[in-house]
Amino acid sequence: MQYLNLLGILVVIVGFALKLDSFLIIIVATAVTAVIANIDIVTLLETCGSVFVANRSMLIFIIVMLATGTLERNGLKQAAANLISKIKGATPGALIGAYGVIRAIFGAFNVGIGGIAGFVRPVLIPMTEGAIESKGDEVNEEHLEQVKGMASGIENISWFFCQVLVVGGSGALLVQSTLKGLGYEVALIDLALVEIPVAIVAVGFACAYYFLKDKKLIKKYYNKGGK
Amino acid sequence: MDFFLSADVTTSTKLLEVLYIVIGLVAVYAGVKNLFDKGNPARFGTAVFWVCLGVACSLGRFLPPAAIGVLVFVMCIPAVLQRVKPGSTKAPTTDEMVGNYEKIGSKIFIPALSMGVFALVFGICGLLFPKSFTLSALIGTGLGVLFSIIFLMLKNKQNKPLTFLNDAERFLSITGPLCMLPTLLSILGSVFTTAGVGETIASIVGNFIPEGNLVIAVIIYCIGMMLFTMIMGNAFAAITVLTVGIGAPFILAYGANPVAVGMLALTCGFCGTLCTPMAANFNIIPVAILEMKDKFGVIKNQIIPALFMIVFQIIMMLILM
Repeated sequence: MQYLNLLGILVVIVGFALKLDSFLIIIVATAVTAVIANIDIVTLLETCGSVFVANRSMLIFIIVMLATGTLERNGLKQAAANLISKIKGATPGALIGAYGVIRAIFGAFNVGIGGIAGFVRPVLIPMTEGAIESKGDEVNEEHLEQVKGMASGIENISWFFCQVLVVGGSGALLVQSTLKGLGYEVALIDLALVEIPVAIVAVGFACAYYFLKDKKLIKKYYNKGGK
Repeated sequence: MDFFLSADVTTSTKLLEVLYIVIGLVAVYAGVKNLFDKGNPARFGTAVFWVCLGVACSLGRFLPPAAIGVLVFVMCIPAVLQRVKPGSTKAPTTDEMVGNYEKIGSKIFIPALSMGVFALVFGICGLLFPKSFTLSALIGTGLGVLFSIIFLMLKNKQNKPLTFLNDAERFLSITGPLCMLPTLLSILGSVFTTAGVGETIASIVGNFIPEGNLVIAVIIYCIGMMLFTMIMGNAFAAITVLTVGIGAPFILAYGANPVAVGMLALTCGFCGTLCTPMAANFNIIPVAILEMKDKFGVIKNQIIPALFMIVFQIIMMLILM
């Protein structure tokens, strides 16, 4: 029964797929694996404790929160909106791209500017609607639906691929600790450097893709040339 | 106290320990504040979670590992029972934010970027002068936060020390117990390693990878990361399992560069996150917040960038390893 120790992985896959509580899944998977591998309770607690202490760097985000909340209170979101609005003659696709770039830069410096609920809905979407109306068109429902999808897409892509540029971000810390457990020591700065081309290509591709897609949609729904 | 006075311990380690004590105190503050917060529907559970987390973080070096293990276990109990909730917090009103923006203006970008800049500068200095500059990037982050706080206090007299603590508590409560997920996954990963899970996966996957064929191994590892993440909705869980099971025995064991292989695998996982309804907070919740009609409207707009990025990263990993 050499495959028995995979039971823990099965617990993780099935648990996450059934959307059970993440803490419950991980505790059960840990316990099941420990039982199969004959790890006694004291050793298990000691492992939990020493891994927690060795990975306290993952809690660094708490110190960052001492600044982020108050930054929001002091008008960071307003400043970012002002920056985006400076683009002249913007189409929704261009605004989405501008947001993506700004989100990416701040993401790389470990600062959020509001996300979907805090920025995209209250600031970005009204700006795109304004951009359509400023050209004398009425906002087309299906176009707006696509604009919302693209805005969420740029939000996710910029955030995912640029948070890994943070030296000591949570993803890099997990990779570092995983590799350490396997006997490979890597520096956090090197982990961030290797992601620079990935981040630039990801954000660049997404901006270009959404810009062109939006341009096509504008032609389809507003038919400028026909008037 | 012996630890901080000892000459055998480097300044960097001491400063890092101070940082962990401060982090712990912020968490303890969150716990105590919620304990006395009548607006919190789960005062006791919330307090247990944050206080245990704070104590374990602050005293990690000074308590025996088994005691920390007990604290980690105890903090999981209210989390599993869904008894960690945000209390009554004072989010800033739009008027307040606009008013402060008129006062500070675009200079707000200075403190916003300072944390990342400090971490980056410390990281680069460590890279350039590995012998003389021993302060880690994490200490840079800490100093950047300190700089931001001082800047914000000087620019706006309404920013009192308690403002920062309460705003930190507000953001901690929004994040909730999920912030412990990466740490718990590392614990799971370490138990997996002890139990020999990696060897078992390796023996299964080994049937599909020709001995020493790194190209096929990299392709399987990267696409595996994407698919595993799509099933679980979480790249962090996938990277622990697949690096132990595939990355280490089939790629790293042949002398490949662990920086490129380990880190790019994580962002390959993110390509999976973009394509799955399992990652509900990124792909499904926005549909609700933005009042979209198509439940998959976000995912549909992300599939092409995700496919492009997985191909790009496989090629990049093959070149860099």
